Amino acid sequence: MTARRRPGRPPGAPRNIGWLYVLPALAVYGVFLLWPLVRGFWFSLYDWDGISTGTWAGLSNYATVLTDPGLRGAFGHALILVVFYAILPCLLAFLLVAVITRTRVRGLALFRTVLFLPQVVAMVAVAVAWQWMYSADGPVNGVLHLLHRLGLPDWSRGWLGDFTFALPAVGLIGTWVELGLALVLFLAGAQRIPGELYDAARIDGAGPFAEFRAVTLPGLRRELAVALTLTSVMALRNFDLVYVTTKGGPGGATRVPSYEVYNRTFNTGEVGLACAIGVTLAVLVFALTAGIGRLAEGRGEAR
Amino acid sequence: MLRPVGRGALLGTAALVVLATACAPGGDGGEPASKRPAAVSTDVAKAGNVTLTVWDQEVQGGQRKQIEQLNAAFQARYPNVKINRVARSFTDLQKTLRLALSGGNPPDVVQANQGYAAMGQFVKAGMLASLAPYDKVYRWTERYPKALTELNSVSADGRRIGAGDLYGVSMNGEIVGIYYNKDKLAKLGLKPPATWGEFEQALATAKGRGEQPLAFGNLEKLPGLQVFGVVQDQTAGRDKVRDLVFARGGAWTDQSNAQAAQKLADWSKQGYFNKDAAAVKWDDTPVNFAKGQGVFMFGGTWWAADLADRMKDRVGFLTPPPQQAGGAPATMGGESLPFAITAKSKHPDVAAAYINFLTSPEAMDTAVETGNLPALKPPSKQPSSPLLKEVQASWDTLSKVDSITPYLDYATPTFGDVLGGSLQEVIAGRTTAQQAMETAQRDYSAFLKK
Repeated sequence: MTARRRPGRPPGAPRNIGWLYVLPALAVYGVFLLWPLVRGFWFSLYDWDGISTGTWAGLSNYATVLTDPGLRGAFGHALILVVFYAILPCLLAFLLVAVITRTRVRGLALFRTVLFLPQVVAMVAVAVAWQWMYSADGPVNGVLHLLHRLGLPDWSRGWLGDFTFALPAVGLIGTWVELGLALVLFLAGAQRIPGELYDAARIDGAGPFAEFRAVTLPGLRRELAVALTLTSVMALRNFDLVYVTTKGGPGGATRVPSYEVYNRTFNTGEVGLACAIGVTLAVLVFALTAGIGRLAEGRGEAR
Repeated sequence: MLRPVGRGALLGTAALVVLATACAPGGDGGEPASKRPAAVSTDVAKAGNVTLTVWDQEVQGGQRKQIEQLNAAFQARYPNVKINRVARSFTDLQKTLRLALSGGNPPDVVQANQGYAAMGQFVKAGMLASLAPYDKVYRWTERYPKALTELNSVSADGRRIGAGDLYGVSMNGEIVGIYYNKDKLAKLGLKPPATWGEFEQALATAKGRGEQPLAFGNLEKLPGLQVFGVVQDQTAGRDKVRDLVFARGGAWTDQSNAQAAQKLADWSKQGYFNKDAAAVKWDDTPVNFAKGQGVFMFGGTWWAADLADRMKDRVGFLTPPPQQAGGAPATMGGESLPFAITAKSKHPDVAAAYINFLTSPEAMDTAVETGNLPALKPPSKQPSSPLLKEVQASWDTLSKVDSITPYLDYATPTFGDVLGGSLQEVIAGRTTAQQAMETAQRDYSAFLKK
């Protein structure tokens, strides 16, 4: 005798009561995330100064985002910052992990803590500290003055006020901050790789580079995806560093989308345009993280 | 993975959400009630118990003392009024005021910054009460120089500054002038320049003798715009600058304006500015100057009290000198943030009386006593330090000959960013003066066309 079952539903298949379980989380998510997102998108279709009645603008704000050279530049800067915030720290972290896994480093815990510390410090404090580092009589220029006295050309300058170097200078602060995150993730991952794999690789006659390529890198695929996702998102929505160190200047050399969202909302009263920038940025972040996820997964299938 | 039903439900919700929001944002602004002068009550004592909520940004040293003393005096005179003061820094106030004004229960009195991006938009949205009926009683437009009341007047559509009704009144004056280091100038064997030519000669002499001629910090773009404005007052003259900013004629590409930008390029090329200027914060400039960087420094009178403290009698203040000796000087300036009444205030009469009190002759005395530069000549008090005396004298002269020109960032909501950014490029030698002025003109005509 079999129990009576409603047709069409295999046992354990999701039932509508499942919605009840997710309801609390969904409500919070909806009120604080989806609703603002929908509102933001709605505002982006208007010409609105933030206080008086807005006028329908259709997609013209998005057209401005795509055509205004200043705003296009801002998105370009964000992509350059991805190199400094995500790619560079991951490369450096790989290098460090490769060294650490091959040799025994004394005081590893200390190094790990020191390298991770920037993650813990508030970004504004980081920005103020680096502003001093880059200032006219700060340590960076101090070293360069010393080199100049030793016969090298004078490379000292106001780094954050230099049209060519301001963006890389801000980017390097990001590298410094994100390196610790990538390193800690990779170290944790590397400990999970069984030692036999390294032994096998060495018996097969693999040098340090081949060993890294064949064992460490594939073993850290997931960690790489996590690190790249977190750091790229940081790079794209980077606001506090730019706000404190350069305010988007000199000229528009360090203008980034999230700074423009703030600037257009509070300084110039173009709330509709600011929302359009915000939505575009969200789409960009989504596309980039999806791309990174696919990259990490894709490599896994090929293996 | 969503099942078809789930997807349908989600789409349905999304559609509902869109429908629910399908109205223009900010569409609930009511029209301000207009008041006839006959209905203005000036007798605060008869108003009953009133709590007046005031949002101001007078948080720095002397300014804080000034407003605290005045508030205490007002409450002592009218015990039935309690002032609920909400103090915020200038930047914080800019950010929160929009939200506060669009809410249902805004403060009674607010300091609304001049310009299209603040006062212009508030007036357009009907959030500020016109002071015209109160002006018939309190007569600010007669007591203040026209240049000052113009700055606080906006047309009802928020499109024209310097036209339309009065919406606010300011307590203090401000001008951009030239500070100089007396020790350094004496060491160079120079006297304070009496003409613009002498000033530039002094810059060249300083450079030649290995001194930094000008202390300059231009991280924020606005400082460069102010230096440009002061130079423009000399090359183009007061009337042309006013007409440009208030959109009464002229173009930024006119030769006399481009000359001013060219002057900045020349000064930069000759090494008159510190070379890291674009990386130095505005607020750090007077600190560096007090430490001995620069013989001269362009700066506003808002730095005077602090510099007098730091440098004692080693610092002097110059009105930017005229082209010919004895000619009329001109410089950029204005007034502190004006106090305005919100349209939804329940006690507009008390609010108006309060603003009148803040701008009364006795209040001007309080301003001087607390180290500020009062907008109107104080009846009985004199500033204490020699520097503040020079500042006061410069303000008096400029008010008398009516040659204070408005800040250039009033021209369009984005002007500070656009021309300020372009001038940074001019100073760095990346664009020409003419190109910078063309960029400014594009922004300007786009705004005027809107």
